[in-house]
Amino acid sequence: MLTSIRIDAKGLHYTPLNQKIRAAIADGVKEIIIDNVLGQRFIGDGIRGDDVTITLNGVPGGDLAMFMSGPTIVVHGNADHAPGNTMDKGRIFIHGSAGDAVAHSMRGGRVYVRDNIGYRGGIHMKQYMEKRPILVVGGAARAFLGEYMAGGLLIVLGLTGIPPITERGVGSGIHGGEIFVRGPVDNYYLGVGAKQTPATKDEILMINPVIEDFAQVFGIDATPLEASEYTRIAPASTRPFANKYTWE
Amino acid sequence: MCGIIGVLDKRRESVDGVKIKEALSMMNERGSGEGAGYVAYGIYPEYKDYFALHIFFDNIRENKAALDTLLEKWGTIVHDEQIKTYEQPNIRKVHTPWRYFFRPDRSLMPKSTTPDEDIVTHLVMKINAEKNGALIFSSGKNLGVFKAAGWPEDVADFYRIQDYQGYLWLAHNRYPTNTPGWWGGAHPFNLLNWSVVHNGEITSYGTNRRYIESYGYKCTMFTDTEVVAYLVDLLVRKHGLSEKMAVRALAPPFWEDIDRMPPKEQELNRAIRLAYGSALMNGPFAICVANENTLVGFTDRIKLRPLVTGEYGDRLYISSEEAAIRRMEPDVDNITMPKAGEPVIGRVIS
Amino acid sequence: MTIGSIPLRFKVEIDPDQCMLCGRCVENCSYGVFRKEGDTIRVNSRNCVACHRCSAFCPRDAISIYEKPTDYRSHPVWTREIREAVFNQAKTGKIILAGMGNALPYPIIFDRLVLDACQVTNPSIDPLREPMELRTYLGKKPSSLSLKESADGTVELITKLSPNLQIETPIMVGHMSYGAISLNAQTAIAKAVSRIGTFMGTGEGGLHESLYPYQNNMIVQVASGRFGVDINYLERGAAIEIKIGQGAKPGLGGHLPGEKICADVSRTRMIPEGSDAISPAPHHDIYSIEDLKQLVRSLKEATEWKKPVFVKIAAVHNSAAIAAGIARSSADAVVIDGFRGGTGAAPRVFRDHVGIPVEAAVASVDAKLRQQGIRNKVSIIASGGIRESADVAKIICLGADAVYIGTSALVAMGCRVCGTCYRGQCAWGIATQNPELTKRLDPDVESVHVENLIHGWTLELAELMGAAGINSIESLRGNRDRLRGYMLDEGLLNVLDVKTVGA
Repeated sequence: MLTSIRIDAKGLHYTPLNQKIRAAIADGVKEIIIDNVLGQRFIGDGIRGDDVTITLNGVPGGDLAMFMSGPTIVVHGNADHAPGNTMDKGRIFIHGSAGDAVAHSMRGGRVYVRDNIGYRGGIHMKQYMEKRPILVVGGAARAFLGEYMAGGLLIVLGLTGIPPITERGVGSGIHGGEIFVRGPVDNYYLGVGAKQTPATKDEILMINPVIEDFAQVFGIDATPLEASEYTRIAPASTRPFANKYTWE
Repeated sequence: MCGIIGVLDKRRESVDGVKIKEALSMMNERGSGEGAGYVAYGIYPEYKDYFALHIFFDNIRENKAALDTLLEKWGTIVHDEQIKTYEQPNIRKVHTPWRYFFRPDRSLMPKSTTPDEDIVTHLVMKINAEKNGALIFSSGKNLGVFKAAGWPEDVADFYRIQDYQGYLWLAHNRYPTNTPGWWGGAHPFNLLNWSVVHNGEITSYGTNRRYIESYGYKCTMFTDTEVVAYLVDLLVRKHGLSEKMAVRALAPPFWEDIDRMPPKEQELNRAIRLAYGSALMNGPFAICVANENTLVGFTDRIKLRPLVTGEYGDRLYISSEEAAIRRMEPDVDNITMPKAGEPVIGRVIS
Repeated sequence: MTIGSIPLRFKVEIDPDQCMLCGRCVENCSYGVFRKEGDTIRVNSRNCVACHRCSAFCPRDAISIYEKPTDYRSHPVWTREIREAVFNQAKTGKIILAGMGNALPYPIIFDRLVLDACQVTNPSIDPLREPMELRTYLGKKPSSLSLKESADGTVELITKLSPNLQIETPIMVGHMSYGAISLNAQTAIAKAVSRIGTFMGTGEGGLHESLYPYQNNMIVQVASGRFGVDINYLERGAAIEIKIGQGAKPGLGGHLPGEKICADVSRTRMIPEGSDAISPAPHHDIYSIEDLKQLVRSLKEATEWKKPVFVKIAAVHNSAAIAAGIARSSADAVVIDGFRGGTGAAPRVFRDHVGIPVEAAVASVDAKLRQQGIRNKVSIIASGGIRESADVAKIICLGADAVYIGTSALVAMGCRVCGTCYRGQCAWGIATQNPELTKRLDPDVESVHVENLIHGWTLELAELMGAAGINSIESLRGNRDRLRGYMLDEGLLNVLDVKTVGA
């Protein structure tokens, strides 16, 4: 029985591709490498297997690992729309950039993007007790980062040579969870209901293990990252919209 | 939901039509098979000084004579012929596509500063509003739209787009939001040398349409995208705005951003919003607009639709998905996501 | 005496179990309904106008007010109101005056229009979390711009823009004059609009000096009576509005009964105390459209072309053509006051029978101006029966840039729309000049109420826009496609340029 297989995805539609993946996992395969990935959507959606690792060489399409609960997916290329969408458990490591709505509605697990992400990253992430999703972005994020955040941890490091935050709406509607940005954040970019404070030493200590893990995945030196100043963005209130409504 | 792709070779080298077809088909998840289309620039070099009118005839015997007569009232038909098509099992041939090379008689519009264009525009609006079995779906010089109701591969094979040598292409894979697929409703939409492909839905269409119609344009295609072609024609050709300023009018910065600009910039942007408030486009959209020298891509101001650009050598690529670009050009470089509401503009060199 | 007394309009009853004889009803009623006699409160229901001042202040909810306690034999043609109007005129031989807006049960077009929302094909936008732009500029707009673009990418604006008013919400408070309402009421509104960043109209009673601190949020009115109109007044306004007519009484001038002309009003308007102030029907220097152009330009010359000049007309049959003429007169906005517009006093027959609904008028004015390629020359401001945020959204879809509210702002300050404004006995201190009554209205407290009203509507408008997938109000304006008519006839649907539900 093989514990590692290789699939050529050239010209392969996502349904037969996913069928091959599931069949392999069912057969006890622990390592799946897929070559020539080009635009296939829904790869790894809904799959389980805490000890399974899937490596994608190429550019996967939208909704990568949606509803996934357990495995690890490594992408050598850019991801498209909403990788980690409503993901429950597991890990995604993207050696490249990703599109809009990364980790949309994520409920658990980790998504690491080495470079930049698009708009509405981490939108509506949620958590319950220790079940807490984590999104780490090595580069920069666009507008509406962490919109509607209800839980989870979001870190943006600004390592791609452009400032991590340059657009509006960060944490707009945030009512749970926290966002850490390396460096200062202009107040103008904060969304409704978000407030910023300089991250305390304790808070940085708390996120250091995550940063180290991220650094290790992409072969970066974690030391300067742990020594940096961070801005912590969190809810200004747990019921930000109480003031808008009244009974008939 | 639709898929779009645009390619410009800045040195006017020919781009392979087969690759466009393949790139577009990569995005079949974004379409519904109800429409697809292509526009290519530079495809009629022997007739490049004449307007290449592409027509859908419902019935050649019944409808062609009337169109010939009308065109001859306004100019000369230098040459006309059927657009060659090749039967495809999944395309029901409801129209006969035809092409005319037309030279307008500019003395017939003596007061206009752009008489040729105004005559052709007048003819397009008139014929399309009358709905007498003839519909003009392409009206530029040295360019042509090829579209129908069907999947991208079928439409591409129906017209054999790979036989056309174009240096600038737009292509579109349609999933209609408002009207069922019909040939006229497929993208690209074209007027004169402007062509548009669009992913999304324009929630301000009611306002935009009424604004553009007060300038004499007529929206006849039952599709919101049509209005974009006319807005660009008005703003750029008639009002003389640059493409960058035209996009600024269609997708302007928010007031809260304008309020923070230095005074002169503030004044400029405020003036644009005041003058062109009814041209502001709302709703999710990713749009590629082209003319013979330029390829422009832009999204709505809060980025509700994806758009990705890439470059390779002299070529600029704009598409809904990176995978579509890579299908055409595996070694594409500089993959970026343009900022919401800000145009990416590529121009022909030389 | 053969006609005798007409039946009571209202019957007032005090529940003796609840009544604690505090006497607040006696103190508060300004119409003489209540009298304390020993250990009871005596009631004279004939004097009641149902202004609710008594019940609003009764600590025990002991007061009940019943309308029409005596039944007529009902009849669809000879209604109660008709019968009583005949009694009135038989006794007096005069024109019957009434207050507030149209009281006949014509169908309300707003209530037959429904709004659209996004489902699937495009997303609703969440005004809580993403930008939502309600900012509006009122005034003349250029139809195109002259720009100079240099090689390095900088762009210079050559075109000069006309002065515009900037408002952060498309809701303004319309013209209710000092005289028609009390200075305290005007002050409350002034404070509210200056905090919100919108405007109010002075009405034709001039601008009282105590309101000068709020002049940057004032639109000063020049009506046919030219009351209080001097260069100082014109210079203080942020904009100037020429009142040609008002929706409650198209073709007539303003009417302020002598009861409301106190010393201060007499001074501000330069007319005798106690005498009725009836403004001329037309401006006597405007007998044709070209004369209007002269008045507009004279005002602009006098104020050095620094202020927008609006022209207010009542909505009448030919509104579209009239508005086109106004657009060409150098005016910056057309105000259209529909037949439901309120008033302190108007002949009942005008209030109820003359004029057309603002919905139809705005729709046809917007269409005609676009058709003629001149829509950019004027903004359209709609008024006359704007009751809630949905009305605001719908009238903007029909083509308006902004609205004026009147009655709703008064209701926000306590008015119950009893409709007896012309008597000058308003128990709420609003439509009166009696200092015993006007002191009841605290401008600071009431300004918060007016501000709250406009704020609440603005929040709702933002939600309605977001639900329709629109985040800039320019894209709602004139967007008939986001409306549908529900049980409107084809002719009216064509005028409104709105399709029927299901289409």
